[in-house]
Amino acid sequence: MELHLEHNLKNREKRLQKLQELDQANMEQLLLELQQEHQQLVSMEAGSIDLAEQRYYQELIEQNKEQTLRIQKEIDKEYQKQISLVTPKAPVLKNVLRAFLVGGTICLLGQLVINFMMLTYDADFKSASALASITIVVITAVLTGIGVYDEIGRYGGAGSMVPISGFANSVVSAALEFKREGMIYGIGAKIFTIAGPVILYGTVASVVIGMIYYLLG
Amino acid sequence: MGKRIGKRTIAYDTPAVIRSWATAAGRKEARGKLAEQYDFILNHNQFGEKSWERAEQKMQQYALELALEKAGLQASQLDYFLGGDLLNQIIATSFTARAAGAPYFGLYGACSSLAEGMILGACLLDGGFGRMAAVCTSSHHDAAERQLRYPTEMGVQRTLTAQWTVTGSGAYILDKGHGQWQITQAVPGKIIDRGISNSSDMGSAMAAAAVDTITAWLQDTDNLDGVDYIVTGDLGKIGYEICKRQLLEQGYDVNGKYYDCGMQIYHEEDQDVHAGGSGCGCSAVVMGAKFLPQMAAQPHCRLLFVGTGALLSPLTVQQGETIPGIAHGVLIEYKQEG
Amino acid sequence: MMQGLLLAFVVGGLICVIAQLIIELTPYSITPAHILVGYVVGGAVLSGIGWYQPLVDLAGAGATVPLSGFGHMLVQGVFEAVGQEGLKGVFTGGLTASAFGITVALLMGLTVALVFNPKG
Repeated sequence: MELHLEHNLKNREKRLQKLQELDQANMEQLLLELQQEHQQLVSMEAGSIDLAEQRYYQELIEQNKEQTLRIQKEIDKEYQKQISLVTPKAPVLKNVLRAFLVGGTICLLGQLVINFMMLTYDADFKSASALASITIVVITAVLTGIGVYDEIGRYGGAGSMVPISGFANSVVSAALEFKREGMIYGIGAKIFTIAGPVILYGTVASVVIGMIYYLLG
Repeated sequence: MGKRIGKRTIAYDTPAVIRSWATAAGRKEARGKLAEQYDFILNHNQFGEKSWERAEQKMQQYALELALEKAGLQASQLDYFLGGDLLNQIIATSFTARAAGAPYFGLYGACSSLAEGMILGACLLDGGFGRMAAVCTSSHHDAAERQLRYPTEMGVQRTLTAQWTVTGSGAYILDKGHGQWQITQAVPGKIIDRGISNSSDMGSAMAAAAVDTITAWLQDTDNLDGVDYIVTGDLGKIGYEICKRQLLEQGYDVNGKYYDCGMQIYHEEDQDVHAGGSGCGCSAVVMGAKFLPQMAAQPHCRLLFVGTGALLSPLTVQQGETIPGIAHGVLIEYKQEG
Repeated sequence: MMQGLLLAFVVGGLICVIAQLIIELTPYSITPAHILVGYVVGGAVLSGIGWYQPLVDLAGAGATVPLSGFGHMLVQGVFEAVGQEGLKGVFTGGLTASAFGITVALLMGLTVALVFNPKG
């Protein structure tokens, strides 16, 4: 009996070498076979009379497990291949174009504010640019509040996410969405859901770069 | 094993009768393909409440009350109340159960909860533990969105594989008596996980489970010709395609009788829902608004309803775990009276 | 003047296009938070090695409005502070320079949350 089981495992090993060529029904069949064998092996192990025999069966169980895993992996791979066959291709060109238009427009708006400030109030570029950012943040906040910015985001994708307006939208939308959970755990905590990581890693990056700058003198 | 066929199929001695049902749906759903078929349509996604969660609960309660009213029953006559939703700890259903006052089993099978509830409800009745059970599930787009994805006002582009959580609820009253719609068989689902971890492609993650359950039933009963409809819960366009292909590979041609609830709700082009509807409310409204009434067009009709669920948790998705899928099968038979 | 506007539009648009391509063409599911963090850190690094300032000089708002400009601002703030205060500046410069942006965003977040309700 035990020899027969060992033989089975060895035999199957040969078939597993050519796993890729099997179709799914065949693989499922193999899986079923392995399951039955596993049960047999477990009961043999339980009934073994000495340590050597027990070890022998444990080894066979290990082999059985290993073969099962290999087949399962192959079935998963086969399945994922099928998914990629039926998944529609994202309209990359269209999305890229939209991102360009929306992102460009937001930056254009910023530049208009900068130009206005520099020409009319003789502001320097730095303060004008800061004011431009604030303007965009305020406009975005209101658009988020009245439920428009999520539509812009759906259209513009990264074009509405990457500009400072995307940052403002993530702050405002999180605060707005969680107001029902209260001022502290709702707005207070959730407002940082996305702002938190941005501020954290931005600060860390600036400290690391600043430290290098300081050390290099 | 008197009440079993083959390896996995339950065959009820006394089939539970679906005595009545009611569906409630949101405004976006009401503009979709089944516009006229819903029993009740929410006036607003907040439904006069202060949160999405309360709106979902109220919608569920409306569905339950409507279904009870259609059957001419009171909530106090229910021996059991079974149900689930997508909110954390299935809280909407628990509040409905609080209002109903009936003995309550809260189920979490994600979007398969309706089928799961029908199986267990029919078991309770067939076992003689009661006469009347209600099964009720719901989902609310905005409540699900903020819990599982992003705040509703955040501007995020959705991928083509993403599905749209349905705002809707369905209540089904099961009765141990005579009636036209009967639950005669069931196939409890196994967890099938094909290693998909993309949480915006749940159709693919669930399709494998649907295939497993459907083939299990077909192997047990060998009755592909005897079934008029096979209806999956919310696989969406992509999952539907995969499921069909996989069944064909196993030698089952389901062309012409296979449908997916997720593809029945919205107008694909105009409503920007990408792969289709999903959520506990998806199959709950489509079964009640479309397929159960449609069965009555024939004197005798058999429908295998396969509720599909992606049992993911936002926590394990962030930890990079894959999505366990499940599919519960329920065989519903319609027999004309007389 | 017109040229400045055009450059802001084109460069800003292209910076966004890079993010869109990353989202579309990588097999991983990339969330907005990943993109935003990536841009801030990326902008900081580019600024550190001196490549971002030329872009700002060229495109103005086209380079400062995208979140990489936020990273640039952090790093320039640190550099300035190090020049004035030495080691202490390493730790104060970044947040000082970005304080106005963060503060306005937080204030607006709170205000909007108190005034409006999510529409869904």
